[in-house]
Amino acid sequence: MDAQPSLLKVTAIGKQFPGVQALHNVDLTLNRGEVLSLVGENGAGKSTMMKILAGVHTPDAGTIELDGKPIRANSVREAQAHGIALIHQELNLAGNLDIAANIFLGNEPHKAGFIDRKDIHAQASKHLKRVGLAFPTDTLVADLTIGHQQLVEIAKALSVDARIIIMDEPTSSLAQKETENLFKVVNDLRSQGISIIYISHRLGEVIELSDRVSVLRDGENAGELAREEISHDAMVKLMVGRDLSQFYQRNATEPGEVVIEANRLRTSAHPNRELSFSVRQGEIVGIAGLVGAGRTELLQTLFGITPAVGGTLKLDGNKILPRRPLEAIIAGIALAPEDRKQHGLVSEMSVRENSSLPRLRVDQKAGMIDFSAETNVANEAVEKMDIKTPHLEQVIQYLSGGNQQKVVLGKWLAMNPRLLLLDEPTRGIDVGSKQEIYKLMEELAASGVAILFVSSEMEEVLGMADRVLVMHEGAITGELDRNQLSEETIMQLATDNKAAA
Amino acid sequence: MKKNILGILGLFIFIFIFTAYYSEPFLSAYNMQNLIKWSSLYAIMGIGVAFVIITGGIDLSIGSVIGLVASLMALAIKKGWDPNFAVVMLLGLSLGIGLIHGLLITKVKLQPFVVTLCGLLVYRGISRWMTDNQTMQYPGTDKLDSLFSGKVLMGSFGLPAPLFFLIVVAILAAIFLNRTIWGRYLFALGNNEDGARYSGIETDRLKIVAYVICSFLAGLSGLLFAYELDSVQPAQTGEFYELYAIAAAVLGGCSLRGGQGTILGVIIAAAVIRLLRNSINLLGISTHLEYAIIGMVILCGVAADEIIKRVMARRRTAQVTTARK
Repeated sequence: MDAQPSLLKVTAIGKQFPGVQALHNVDLTLNRGEVLSLVGENGAGKSTMMKILAGVHTPDAGTIELDGKPIRANSVREAQAHGIALIHQELNLAGNLDIAANIFLGNEPHKAGFIDRKDIHAQASKHLKRVGLAFPTDTLVADLTIGHQQLVEIAKALSVDARIIIMDEPTSSLAQKETENLFKVVNDLRSQGISIIYISHRLGEVIELSDRVSVLRDGENAGELAREEISHDAMVKLMVGRDLSQFYQRNATEPGEVVIEANRLRTSAHPNRELSFSVRQGEIVGIAGLVGAGRTELLQTLFGITPAVGGTLKLDGNKILPRRPLEAIIAGIALAPEDRKQHGLVSEMSVRENSSLPRLRVDQKAGMIDFSAETNVANEAVEKMDIKTPHLEQVIQYLSGGNQQKVVLGKWLAMNPRLLLLDEPTRGIDVGSKQEIYKLMEELAASGVAILFVSSEMEEVLGMADRVLVMHEGAITGELDRNQLSEETIMQLATDNKAAA
Repeated sequence: MKKNILGILGLFIFIFIFTAYYSEPFLSAYNMQNLIKWSSLYAIMGIGVAFVIITGGIDLSIGSVIGLVASLMALAIKKGWDPNFAVVMLLGLSLGIGLIHGLLITKVKLQPFVVTLCGLLVYRGISRWMTDNQTMQYPGTDKLDSLFSGKVLMGSFGLPAPLFFLIVVAILAAIFLNRTIWGRYLFALGNNEDGARYSGIETDRLKIVAYVICSFLAGLSGLLFAYELDSVQPAQTGEFYELYAIAAAVLGGCSLRGGQGTILGVIIAAAVIRLLRNSINLLGISTHLEYAIIGMVILCGVAADEIIKRVMARRRTAQVTTARK
């Protein structure tokens, strides 16, 4: 392989976003016909790196060489012209158009401005064959399954002569069968000499597919593994930067009284599924499952965002059914949502205003804000959570993801919740903050708070949970105690592979 | 935020001195009284719409509400209603209009633009129909004169009544926005409605409150306008005023994206707009150019504001990142 220069050589790439150094001095090489997997925790910089290669972002520093020649891609179009195509996690297809129209969207073969329909369908079916899809090219994309839509995306990349195809979490919403099919296509493409950069959290898939693995951590290179070195433990060690046993410090204690008890609860997202579970004082319960399994919807139902459509819920033995977040908050429930920017924060407000938002109501004096109480609440949050901010008036959007998340947690701690709901609590934050958040979860549990957290990071679930509920298509398919936990059991339950489980 | 107000205040002072220098009658007591009076009326409308704009919404019906209230007031007096009773009823009507807007926007989930655009048409139509589209004189009634168009004399200079209405409205509005939890909630929901809801803020209720305040202040200024104008033309009174109100709010620092705005900024901006009209008249500039000039000044003001904001944001980002290193 070393005989010819690498197809793609990325050197010392740096990229900065407001408040975050997303990438620092990152190197990456890719050979012809190679599947390179890029792994790392959320926020490690994988997506940013890929977006730079695909021309979505421009780097602040560093060089990109293709076939030994430096290139600059300032737009997706320019990157495509160089033969680099990105398949997004969320597919970018127009469901109202047919397969052929989607494949050539923005690239339509035309004669004097008129689309050449015959040509478009003929060419489309050629590309479709390469990804093993046997649908007529005039099928509406909306009528295809997600897995098939993804193949259309790949065909689209092939139509612009892509030599490098970047796949960002391609299996996150695929069923088992579809995943296997995708792997077949990836292997086919590799044998056709196309290089693939594969990004995934599923380490099992990475082991199965990759010729080489490159690991990012906190926006920097953490190490590389050749084919024979690739193993689950080796990857995790590079991702986390230390041994797991040091990283997660969960010392489960004897849980106390039941805090929250759901009995045949039905969420509006999956009205036909009945969910029954409970969380006790001092217990940390994880919810695992694939994207779309209904985990976030469950937390949102408990928090009153989307009221339950059936079943009962008891908090400390008292019946509640929150129909609005305020009702849940008054009852003693708090939620740190998955999407910080959209749901967790008011991004143009200051650290002070964000950290006091739920608490204002409690401290009010006949509707007037108690400003000294507010400052106390904010100061306490900053101190307790070790939030790194120049001052309380700093606008929250200029803080790093980790510090933003600490503000979100801080504002709920001020409310002394009985039940703390965390949805992907460490998504997009640095390793240091991560560890602090784990420590905080520990402390809160020790003080008697019941914690229910959703996570897509297997390591986090295995490391932090006393008990795990696994969800699949809106139902709880299994409940595992700490001594029953393993990645395989969870994945089998998450894909509802009953025979294996 | 404070820099924001300084900019618009500077603009006001500049136009003021410029006009005073080139036009002698500008500083006359009569002209000053008029300027204060009209600026106050515009500012009351502007404060109303500022509440709605802070939530990220818009109210296009203000001018028609003004027309409706003014027309009905004239009609009520003509029919011999007790003026005090009529005032109370019409303010109640304005509250009701705001409530309907708010409910349609939050519960039926219609877009504020659509709801209030329809309001603009509906209320104007009702005004014309109920009055037969007749211009009506506004007979003074002793009971209301002292309240609505009375003057407080300071030496020989009389301060017009609308100024006092403005002062009361402005103080209440500023306290509400800056000192109460609901004011904070309004800013929060204007900036990120979901984020506010996830923090336990009852966003729907607060939005309804904003529309009620807006329509109420439109109704109040409708009564004041009618009194100042002495006659009401159902087809024209208040026409386009919503645009002046929105312009004052925007020039005064409210962002149509929501989450931003100050009462003082809106008041000064309302004064700038009135001052511009006054200056154009007095300086002998063709009045046909009036709209064009006002439009350009607002555009430049808002553009300057946006550019300054962006530069500040960039500087802040740079600071944060250097601090990190």
